[in-house]
Amino acid sequence: MKDRIRKLIADRKVIAVDVNSLSDSADLYEAGLSSFASIQFMLALEDAFDVEFPERMLTRKTFASIEAIDRSLSELLTERV
Amino acid sequence: MALPSRTIEELRAPAERMRAVAEIAARHSADVDREGRFPREAIDALKAERLMAVMIPKRFGGEGLSLLEVAELCTILGQACGSTAMVYAMHQIKASSLVSHGGESPWHAGFMREMVAEQYLLASATTEGGIGGDLRNSLCAVEVKDGRFTLEKDATVISYGLYADAILVTCRRAPDAQSSDQSMVVVKQGDYSLAKTTGWDTLGMRGTCSEGFRLVSSGDAAQIFPQPFSEIAAQSMLSASHILWGAVWFGIAADAVARAQAYVRAAARKQPGSVPPGALRLAEVVAMLQDMKASVVAGVVRYEAALKSPDELSSIGFAVEMNNLKVTTSQRGAQIVTHAMLITGLSGSKNDTPFSVGRHLRDITSAAIMISNDRILSNTSNLLLVSRFDTSLVN
Repeated sequence: MKDRIRKLIADRKVIAVDVNSLSDSADLYEAGLSSFASIQFMLALEDAFDVEFPERMLTRKTFASIEAIDRSLSELLTERV
Repeated sequence: MALPSRTIEELRAPAERMRAVAEIAARHSADVDREGRFPREAIDALKAERLMAVMIPKRFGGEGLSLLEVAELCTILGQACGSTAMVYAMHQIKASSLVSHGGESPWHAGFMREMVAEQYLLASATTEGGIGGDLRNSLCAVEVKDGRFTLEKDATVISYGLYADAILVTCRRAPDAQSSDQSMVVVKQGDYSLAKTTGWDTLGMRGTCSEGFRLVSSGDAAQIFPQPFSEIAAQSMLSASHILWGAVWFGIAADAVARAQAYVRAAARKQPGSVPPGALRLAEVVAMLQDMKASVVAGVVRYEAALKSPDELSSIGFAVEMNNLKVTTSQRGAQIVTHAMLITGLSGSKNDTPFSVGRHLRDITSAAIMISNDRILSNTSNLLLVSRFDTSLVN
């Protein structure tokens, strides 16, 4: 799933730097993730994984790193099963 | 100016002290407005009444007032002079960043103690040439070498920059950082020089002297806040700004309504037995004022509830509500003062009657453009693509 997240970041040009240069735990905001881009990225994730982020997950922390996104998505996908 | 040193126990209640300052501010408000000059007398009075560092926690020598209590102080001052109240509010917004994010950093903790002792006036340098009012992006960068920093900024607005004792400056974290990867640095008088680049001859809020400067500074690297600015902006600055601005605008609107009411009552006394023509509009405007008050109060209550959890403070839902608070109160305030002008008529338009509301009207028009409502609405519209409004009445 982390690979799909990485691919989305690259395809959607979410950040200006090369996503492959970032570790899973690297801070995406430090890598230039803006408030506007983070929302657009959330929408892309919702579409790609067919999920909807609940209000409680809509915080900076949820989208702070590839690892954090992976964790939130896993939680949502598990709930669905 | 030497300040009398007093312990907290010797001080009168903050609101009482602020009412004394408000009298002085009211006396000079017309001149401050006409001349577009810094409200020196009122700011000196704020320092003498030891109202500058009231929000600083008690462990650093302050009074530890909550944002709600400071909002009330802004409203009291806003009824006397919009410019003075806005200077005070902008200062307290900077103080709130120190309170929320400076406690664990020895340098910033020491600075808070100094603020209490010296009653510093803090200014802010966020706006930048080439970036404009988008405070979440910077071009300039702080450079750190051997424990010292250097920072230069083309700050197109530093409100009361020439009169401040310290300035909180945003910048990129390092020369190779992205424009949104920002830090905030406290520069004290002596650390910086200002070369004026633009003036401040405006329609309203003429006393905030929000001129542009080229700022050149250097100092101890410890003066840089340890947290990224994105965190400071989301967790303290955004909410403190919108709440305290709302409190100032409410003060301005409330004073305009008080003048309109005095006008209607004077008319009623002259013609007993008949209801003056402005009375109906007065009823309408008082309802609007009550609505505005409810917005500000609900905003503070929401903020104080969110304070208990850093996650909540940086949540999208909270950001939406704080954005809405700014847009709503700025629009409401302008409507209210316009109504007051309709009620008071020529007497309200003239600058030399007890019912004058021209200064109020000009001051309140700044509300929609200090961080443009259009910019805020477009930010909110993006957030609403994922966030849903909380439809419960009590949460």
